Amino acid sequence: MTDMQTMAPRASEPAAPPAGGAFVVRAAEPGEVFTPERLDETQLAIRDAVREFVARSVEPRRGDVEARDYATHRALLRELGEQGYLGVDVPEQYGGAGLDKVTSLLVSEGLAEAGSLAVTYGAHVGIGTLPLVFFGTEAQRRRWLPGLADGSIVAAYALTEPGAGSDAQGIRARADLSSDGTHYLLNGSKQFITNAGFADLFTVYAKVGGEQMTAFLVPRDTPGLTVEAEEHKLGVRGSSTCALTLADARVPAENVLGEVGRGHIVAFNVLNVGRFKLAAGCLGGMRPAIDRAIAYAADRRLFGRRLLDFPLTAERIARMAERTYAVESVTYRSAGLIDGRLAGAHGDAEQARAALEEYAIECSIAKVLASDGLNEVVDDLLQLMGGYGYVEDGGAAAMYRDARIHQIWEGTNEVNRLLVPGMLLRRAMRGRLDLLGPAKRAGDALLSPEAPIEDGTPLDEELRQVRAMRTALLVAAGIAVQRYGDRLEDEQEVLYRLADLAIALFAAESAVLRARASGDGLQANLARLVVLSSIAAVERGTAEVAGRVQEGDERRMTLAGLRRVLRRDPIDGVALRRAVAAALIERGGYRGV
Amino acid sequence: MRIVVLLKAVPVVGNEKLVDGWRVDRSAGLEANGNDEYVLEAGLKLVEQHGGELVTLTMGPTPAMEAIRKALAMGAARAVHVQDPVLAGSDTLATGLVLAAALRKMEYDLVLAGADTSDGQGGIVGAAVATRLGLPYLSYAAHIEPDPSAETIRVRRISAAGYDVIEAPMPAFVAGTQLLGEPRYPSLRGIMQARSKEIATWTLADVGVEASSVGSSAALTEVDSATPPPPRAGATIVREAPEIAAERIVEFLASRRLV
Repeated sequence: MTDMQTMAPRASEPAAPPAGGAFVVRAAEPGEVFTPERLDETQLAIRDAVREFVARSVEPRRGDVEARDYATHRALLRELGEQGYLGVDVPEQYGGAGLDKVTSLLVSEGLAEAGSLAVTYGAHVGIGTLPLVFFGTEAQRRRWLPGLADGSIVAAYALTEPGAGSDAQGIRARADLSSDGTHYLLNGSKQFITNAGFADLFTVYAKVGGEQMTAFLVPRDTPGLTVEAEEHKLGVRGSSTCALTLADARVPAENVLGEVGRGHIVAFNVLNVGRFKLAAGCLGGMRPAIDRAIAYAADRRLFGRRLLDFPLTAERIARMAERTYAVESVTYRSAGLIDGRLAGAHGDAEQARAALEEYAIECSIAKVLASDGLNEVVDDLLQLMGGYGYVEDGGAAAMYRDARIHQIWEGTNEVNRLLVPGMLLRRAMRGRLDLLGPAKRAGDALLSPEAPIEDGTPLDEELRQVRAMRTALLVAAGIAVQRYGDRLEDEQEVLYRLADLAIALFAAESAVLRARASGDGLQANLARLVVLSSIAAVERGTAEVAGRVQEGDERRMTLAGLRRVLRRDPIDGVALRRAVAAALIERGGYRGV
Repeated sequence: MRIVVLLKAVPVVGNEKLVDGWRVDRSAGLEANGNDEYVLEAGLKLVEQHGGELVTLTMGPTPAMEAIRKALAMGAARAVHVQDPVLAGSDTLATGLVLAAALRKMEYDLVLAGADTSDGQGGIVGAAVATRLGLPYLSYAAHIEPDPSAETIRVRRISAAGYDVIEAPMPAFVAGTQLLGEPRYPSLRGIMQARSKEIATWTLADVGVEASSVGSSAALTEVDSATPPPPRAGATIVREAPEIAAERIVEFLASRRLV
C-alpha cells in the first residue's frame, strides 16, 4: 500500500496540485480552481490579439476559407505561424513559444470564430504537431518542429481507418521492415484525415509485422502514399478531409515516432491534448452564439414586441449561458490543473505529456461537456431564429452543422464517457487514487445527510449540494463495483451514467467555486443554474444505476438514502433564468461576464 | 533613425465618464489614442525600412500602462512613461511643457504624434512641444518619407486642392492622421517579446519640471461645463440578402437626398 500513501493527494499540502480525478473523492480547495478571472495581463493581451487576427486576417478571406481554397488555408496558417500562434505548445528550442496551457486554451478558443480555419489550425497544432513534441527524437524535432511552428510545414494525423475509428487498436495498416533494416513498407488505408488535401507531413499509425502498433512520420512526397478525393461533409466544409492509401509506401526507419510497438502510447497521450483543445474550441463557439441570439432577438419584432422581451426567449438565453458557464468553468479549471502540474516548466515535452496523462479524466470530461454544450447552444440559436436560423444566410445554419463533428472526433462522446469511470477505477486499482475509502464513507453518509454549511457566504447551499452530488456519485460507483466487479466493463449503460454523474459533479463544483471567487452576482446566478441542472441529472442518474444494480429492500434503502442526501429546498428557477437573461442583455452579451 | 512617438492613453470612445462634472475619468479602461496608433504604425514602418529604434513617450496615470504594453507588443523597442500624481488635471499647456522636458532627455531624429486625441481634441499639444523644442512642425501628415542621407523629412498632407508636400530638416516633429494607414495589431510573438522590453517610469522631478507648473491649479484654461454626448438614435439595420440589402440602402440614402 505504499503506492497509495505516496500518490494519494494530501490535504495538508494545498500547494501540491491535486491528482487527476481527485474531484470525485474530495472537495477542491478554492485556490485550486483556475478561472478566467485569474488571467494575467499577457494572457488577456493574447486573447485580444487572437480576436484581432480573426477580424482582420480571416474575416476578409472567409469566403475562400469556407470554399476550401487550399492556398488560403496554407497562407493563413503561415500568417498564424509568423505571429507565433502555431508554436504555443512547441518548446522554444524548436522555434516555438513553449507557453502555458491556459494560453493554449485562449488561442484555440479565440480561433473558434475562424470557421473552418479553426479545424485546419486545430488539426495542425494539436494532433498534427504534438506527437513530435512529445515523442520525437532530438533529430526528428530539429528537422520538423521549426517548420511546423512557423507554418511552412502543415501536419495531419492519420489514425482512423475505414474499419477502425474509436477502436484504435484495431487498425489494419501494416508496416514491414526491409531486410536491410533501412526502411519500412507501409500498406493500408486511412480514413477521414483532416488537412490531408494539403498537409506536408502525416503521423501515420500502422502495425509492424501486423502486430506492433507504431507511429510513423510520413512526408507527403513519400512514394506509395496517395491522398484521395475530398469528402463531402455535413459541416466544417471549408476544412480538408481525405482518405489516404498506402501501397508499399517507403518510410525510412528513422521516421519511427516513439518506439516500435508503443504507438498506442503516442496516440492516447496526443488525444488527451486534442480533447482539451477541442473543448476550448467548442467554448469559443458558444459565446458568439449567445451574443448572436441576443442581437437577433433585440432586432426581431413580433406581436409588436421585441423577441428579446418574451420570457421564453429570456429562458432560452439563460439556458445557453448556463451551459456556456459550465463549459468555461470546467475548461479553464482543467487548463489550470495541467499548468499546476507543469509548475512553470513549460516547454518540457515529457512533463507536458505526464501532466496531460494525469488529467486525462478531466480532458475527457471537458471534451464531452463542451461538445454537447456547443451543440445544445447552436440548436437553441437556430430555434430562436426560426426560419432565419434554417436558411444559410442567417449564419446559424453553418454553426449548427459545424458543431456536430465535435461530438464525434477525438474519441466519440460515448468512448470518452466510458473512459471516465474506466480510468477512475483503474487508478483506484493501481493505488493512484483512493476511491474505496471515500466510497465506503459515502455509503455510511447515506444514513446521515450532509449538514448544511450555512456559513453565510454566497452559494453556501450550492456548495452543500455539490458535496451531496459527490456522495451520490460515490454511492452509485460503489454499488456498481460491488455488484459487477470486473464485469462492470460490460455494463456500458451503467458506466455511461457514472460518467454523466462525474461530469455533472465536476461542472457544478467548478461553477460554484468560480462564482464564489468572482463575487459577481450574475456568475452566482449562473452557478445556481448549473447546480440546479446538475443535481437533477445526478438524481436521475443515480436512480437508474441503483435500479440496475440492486434489487428489493437493498435498492429501496439506497434510493431512500440518495433522496435524503440530495434533498434540498425548492427554488424559483424561472426567476433565476429571467435575472440571468436580464443581466446578460444589460451587459450586451456573454463576453461581458 | 531614432523615432519617438507621443502616445496618449484615452478612454475607449463611447465609454467616456466624467469626474467632478468636468474631468475625464482616467482611472480605468484606457486604450491608445487612435491617431497615435496611426503614427506608431508609420514610425514602425520607417524603422523597418531605414533601421533605428522607435521609443514611445507617454504622460498619464497607471492605467495608461495597457496602451504602452500594446505599443511595445506592436514593435516599439522601449517606452518612457512620465507619471506623477501632481500631473492630474494638467491642461494642454502643461502637457506640452512636460512632454518637451522629457524629450530633452531623449535622443531622436523624428518625433511623431497623432493630429489630435479622441478625448480632449485640442490638437495643439504637438505644436506646443515642437515650438518649445524649436523643431520644424509638419502637421496633418498623410504620408511620411525621410531622406536619411540628406537628413530631411518630407510629408504629404491632404489639402483642399489635392495635397501639399512639405519638407524640413531633421530632427523634426510630425503630426499625423489616419491617412497614414491601418495600424498593425500585436501578434502573440510581439506580446511575448514585449514582456522583456523596458518601460522607464519618470517622475516630474526626473524631467525637471516644477510641480507648480502642472496640474489643475496651474491650468490656464478652465472647463466651464461638460456634458456627455446624447445617446444615438436607433439605427436601421438591413438584414436582407446582399442584392436586396444594397437596394434598401440606396433607397434609404435617396430618401434623404444623399445620393
